[in-house]
Amino acid sequence: MHNGEIVLELKGITKRFPGIVANDQISLQLRKGEIHALLGENGAGKSTLMNIVFGLYQPDEGIIELNGQPIVMDGPNKAIECGIGMVHQHFKLVPPFTVTENIILGMEPKRGFGTDLKGAASRIAELSKQYGLNVNPEAKIESISIGMQQRVEIMKTLYRGAEIIIFDEPTAVLTPQEITELLQIMKRLVDEGKSILLITHKLKEIMDVADRCTIIRRGKMIETVTVADTNQETLAEKMVGHRVQFKTDKRPANPQDSLLDIANLVVTAENGQRAVDGISLSIRAGEVVGIAGVDGNGQTELIEAITGMRPIESGTIRLEGRDVKHGSPRTASEAGISYIPQDRHKHGLVLDFDVSENAVLKSYYEERFNHKGLLDRQAIEEVAERHVEQFDIRTPGIHTPVRSMSGGNQQKLIIAREIAKEPKLLIAAQPTRGLDVGAIEFVHKQLIAERDKGKAVLLVSFELDEIINVSDRILVMFNGRFVGETTPETTSDQELGLLMAGKHQGGDRG
Amino acid sequence: MNKLKALFAGESVKISLLSIVLGLLIGAIVMIAGGYNPLLAYQSMLEKIFGNAYDMGEALRAIVPLIFTGLAVAIAFRAGMFNIGVDGQIVMGSLGALMVGNMISMPPIIHAIVAIIAGTLLGGLWGALVGVLKTKRGINEVISCIMLNWTALYLSHMVIKAFMAEEGTSRSQSIQESASIQINWLSGLLDGARIHWGFALAVVALIAYHFYMNRTKWGYEIRAVGNNNHAAKYAGMNVSQVVIRTFFLSGMLGGMVGTFEVLGVFKYMAIASATSGLGFDGIAVALLGMNGALGILLAAALFGSLMYGAQGMSFGANVPGEVIKMVISIIIFFAAAPGMIRWLLNKTKRSKQANREG
Repeated sequence: MHNGEIVLELKGITKRFPGIVANDQISLQLRKGEIHALLGENGAGKSTLMNIVFGLYQPDEGIIELNGQPIVMDGPNKAIECGIGMVHQHFKLVPPFTVTENIILGMEPKRGFGTDLKGAASRIAELSKQYGLNVNPEAKIESISIGMQQRVEIMKTLYRGAEIIIFDEPTAVLTPQEITELLQIMKRLVDEGKSILLITHKLKEIMDVADRCTIIRRGKMIETVTVADTNQETLAEKMVGHRVQFKTDKRPANPQDSLLDIANLVVTAENGQRAVDGISLSIRAGEVVGIAGVDGNGQTELIEAITGMRPIESGTIRLEGRDVKHGSPRTASEAGISYIPQDRHKHGLVLDFDVSENAVLKSYYEERFNHKGLLDRQAIEEVAERHVEQFDIRTPGIHTPVRSMSGGNQQKLIIAREIAKEPKLLIAAQPTRGLDVGAIEFVHKQLIAERDKGKAVLLVSFELDEIINVSDRILVMFNGRFVGETTPETTSDQELGLLMAGKHQGGDRG
Repeated sequence: MNKLKALFAGESVKISLLSIVLGLLIGAIVMIAGGYNPLLAYQSMLEKIFGNAYDMGEALRAIVPLIFTGLAVAIAFRAGMFNIGVDGQIVMGSLGALMVGNMISMPPIIHAIVAIIAGTLLGGLWGALVGVLKTKRGINEVISCIMLNWTALYLSHMVIKAFMAEEGTSRSQSIQESASIQINWLSGLLDGARIHWGFALAVVALIAYHFYMNRTKWGYEIRAVGNNNHAAKYAGMNVSQVVIRTFFLSGMLGGMVGTFEVLGVFKYMAIASATSGLGFDGIAVALLGMNGALGILLAAALFGSLMYGAQGMSFGANVPGEVIKMVISIIIFFAAAPGMIRWLLNKTKRSKQANREG
């Protein structure tokens, strides 16, 4: 497989944006039938490079060769014509349409005056079988899982005859099971003769599926390595430019009095079902409690109840003995609860606000920023400057809209804001979702630093590594209940995996 | 100064300006196709606007309500909502001002001020009703706005007929002179053009709007809710309260238009078969003005003078005034669908590049 002919070659690609060189003389060769990973931190220039390949940007210098022939990619249509397909990180699907309708969108097969939906559906079913995608052509997008939606995106590229498929951070939105399945699909695709460019910053995935890996750092190409000859540590070091610790250093916890006490909590989800089904939980000051579990087992509802974003059915939530159950998000926040939300774009930030406006999203009304309704710009800017400095947020300035910042820097801003509030309880939901190793290390260190300052920390994550790495105590949530309690020292991935799948450990605890 | 330069280099401003040019151009083409002389038409339009003191004053009079309705629509837009109920809020504003102006006697100045406040508040409450229905009952604001427009219209008919009917006409009695806000000396200077204190308030409203949206806590909340109401809720803002407050403010701005039309221009309310449509023109103004104070001022000035000047076109060039309605529609069309202009801009940029390289 490693000696396949070169299907796509980039030679000395350079792309400049005002103020930065996003890609600086990058060269890369993709062979037929290989999975070639493109590794780099957030903002290293991976996406820019792939957008150049896909014709969304024009390079300032350098050439693209397809099967040995130089080619000008002047738009996505040209790329598709050349047999290049892209699976974007954020799916481009129409939710109320069926799988078939989404796939043929833009190139509907005609039959008379109508659209040949039937023919398209059978073609899709055929492709689905060939590549083991298991996609139902009749299903509506809004009714299928995220993992399945991604397969529809893959199918879209195949339907359009792609030979080269670019995956842009494909696992960022997936659950662990879906990741495993996706990696299998990718292997199947290359077995069938396709070639894959995989953009990622997850080392594990590269080790699992990639044949070769090209590393870029701050727009510059570092090198291309054969994955079989390397290991995660080396890759990480090349990516960030210094040694990376995967295990976060932490001293043993020194837990104090109980800070958060939840008793018999019941919370209902939108669909009327009991998402949290009679849970009891206490967290002490100075400890990190990790809640492991597969997405959709009530973790979100539990957190929303604690943070006042969702009403509770019955039960009590006490912070330092005081009841917070009838709270709103603001009363919860004022009671000393900080919350790093799971979805930073939906909840954590107002993307069109600039850094300074986002920095005070929860505190703008306080006296230090608000004088009888008039916002004190200077005070707000000072706080924003301090956040940027203390948390090493890389941004052109505090008046840059956060929309244009990388995910890691957006997350740093949220963490800065939540920690600066000096909370008693810090809740972090999926705090490293979509971040690269450098940023993950940073986030984990911050969580543990808060613990060491005597705060209670509640971490919810679908990533076992993260749970084991950061927590002092681990609870496993399944179907709205805790099905097991353990500690990182005494558990294993296997045990947690079984618990997450609902295999009881013996009696509810928590 | 640099800010100003950056503003005009911005893409959205280019889009607005090009929309205007295209609107006038396509209008001209249609006139040629119809056998009219577009140059003469536009010339007589300009003459109508700038020809003499009276016309200039009256053109200004046409601009003022558009500033207010533009602001009314814009503030709701900024909160992510669509207030197409400004027409109804105008009616309620007029009604409030008329009732105070006609039925209650007070000394001058005080009478006018009380009448303005009454109309403004009534308009505001009418708007707030939309916000309440939306937040407490989940009713889409567009639906309730449309229904409340008609409700306001017929309510005003009932009240006028019951308390202030002018026998033998289809209008109300006039307000008392003490409630008038017409600026008589200025009207006199402008050959009787109906100039009123609403002009001064329009300027105040523009500045206040800019300040409120960008510098105050309440404006910050409106922008947060409009950009991402999930994040606003997460941040602890009371989203329902922001929605109701925004609609109250929006309705107040609409209500002011109604008060000025009654107290400063007509002095009475007509029993009309439909609302004025000024609220709908406000949508166009807000859209072209990109919800900013300066943009709204310019857009209102443009649309107001075009509408007023249209009368001159039929007089001077025999072109039906509807052509100007079409021109305005085309401008809005391009401003609302910026994709087309962006495509044009890209096209010219590329051909320029090609020329340079070739």
